[in-house]
Amino acid sequence: MIINHPLLGPCDAQEFIYKGDARLIDRPDGMSDGAEAAFYDYAYLRDNPAGEHRELWFHEQGDRSWLVVTRNTLTHEITSVELARDVARSRGRSA
Amino acid sequence: MRYSGFRVIKEALTGHKGWTSAWRDPDPQPHYDIVIVGGGGHGLATAYYLASQFRQHKVAVIEKGWIGGGNVGRNTTIIRSNYLLDGNEPFYEFSLKLWEGLEQDFNYNAMVSQRGILNLIHTDAQRDAYIRRGNAMILNGADAELLDVAQLKREYPFLNYDDARFPIKGGLAQRRGGTVRHDAVAWGYARGADSRGVDILQNCEVTGFRIENGQCLGVETSRGFIGAGKVGVAVAGNSSRVMAMAGMRLPIESHVLQAFVSEGLKPVIPGVITFGAGHFYCSQSDKGGLVFGGDIDGYNSYAQRGNLPVIEDVAEGGMALFPGLGRVRLLRLWGGIMDMSMDGSPIIDRTDIDGLYFNGGWCYGGFKATPASGWCFAHLLATDQPHETATAYRFDRFQRGYMIDEKGMGAQPNLH
Repeated sequence: MIINHPLLGPCDAQEFIYKGDARLIDRPDGMSDGAEAAFYDYAYLRDNPAGEHRELWFHEQGDRSWLVVTRNTLTHEITSVELARDVARSRGRSA
Repeated sequence: MRYSGFRVIKEALTGHKGWTSAWRDPDPQPHYDIVIVGGGGHGLATAYYLASQFRQHKVAVIEKGWIGGGNVGRNTTIIRSNYLLDGNEPFYEFSLKLWEGLEQDFNYNAMVSQRGILNLIHTDAQRDAYIRRGNAMILNGADAELLDVAQLKREYPFLNYDDARFPIKGGLAQRRGGTVRHDAVAWGYARGADSRGVDILQNCEVTGFRIENGQCLGVETSRGFIGAGKVGVAVAGNSSRVMAMAGMRLPIESHVLQAFVSEGLKPVIPGVITFGAGHFYCSQSDKGGLVFGGDIDGYNSYAQRGNLPVIEDVAEGGMALFPGLGRVRLLRLWGGIMDMSMDGSPIIDRTDIDGLYFNGGWCYGGFKATPASGWCFAHLLATDQPHETATAYRFDRFQRGYMIDEKGMGAQPNLH
């Protein structure tokens, strides 16, 4: 698989570490009510769809940026690649 | 029809005209006591033990395609019980004991061959870990044997003992491990279940569950609604997709694992050998092909095919361990979809929906578990109590902190 890095251009997927579902960006607030249940859901449960999947890839052997890759789990086709920083900012997760 | 040597001779002398179908092709009935979703090894074994051990005869197995067309026919056919943790080892040893009596029990030649499995040791730390694991196996009634290099050189002369990077320091052997003809496992269980009254419904896809007031009343299928007192789901690889129809999210990711077969060779490898430094394991089939594999590809996939980097990695592992492999040509390679759970261990449990039961999360170790998985799932379905060897395989273990994490990797399914 080739991941088209927004800054570096096409890169071999072997340069990356796979982390999983991009919903891991949405870490719950540990101080809120019901945090225990929210963290169980966050850490252990997955949608695991057959089809389009937004997922985190870490460019460990490159510029060490985190990417949100939209990839089809039935065909391995990659349709969009974003910087995870931009995705987190757009959700109000990061400064 | 009972199979026997006498029957083979009789049929040979009468033109093989007396053989009948191994199982029927019935139409679905409107209602069963128990419906099993998934006609793979685990689903068929569950139906077989429900009928043979738990006196449940109004049982159906529903399969989207044809039985045995999924992971039970795509694995590398290894059986073993060399686990460490208390939640796992009694279960897998129970499974290995069932394998040992399986062919007589279901009257079918599954070619169970206890040719042994060897895990190689390459470092002192690994030796400590394997001694500990061997002791855990022996304490749970399994067999384990620590081999030194001299013994290994005698039994496995073809391994690379001169590798400076990954020197072979010994091995942990389980002599009772081995291989089984995987298709015959599905067929044997299917035939045994069918002859005890179980309906095996092929080309019958489940399209939804009928759930009213928190009670599962049956399944909607491509061949109409089928009512059920209890529904058991055993569809590893596709567990998340099927259970999503019941509104459940699972602690599972689906990943692709590749496997490989070489051209046929004369006997060269006496048992199953695993490389402890990388990830490579190899055995030789009765047809002569070397059957081998390595790690999962490492990203969510339902594609049943992997990518080239893992093929290269497996080939490198094979060459490091067994340089003679370099002259062998690869015949076939394929991928199967694994239910990778959050701790690397399976789930056999009821769900929060009354009458709906789940069996899955087998990671890449489901084949060896087939008999015990079927027996324990049948026990749960018939008695509503977990079998004594499967009490740890609960859904709520993640919430309660009772993970069964053999590798200590945490909630990172692609690392188990």
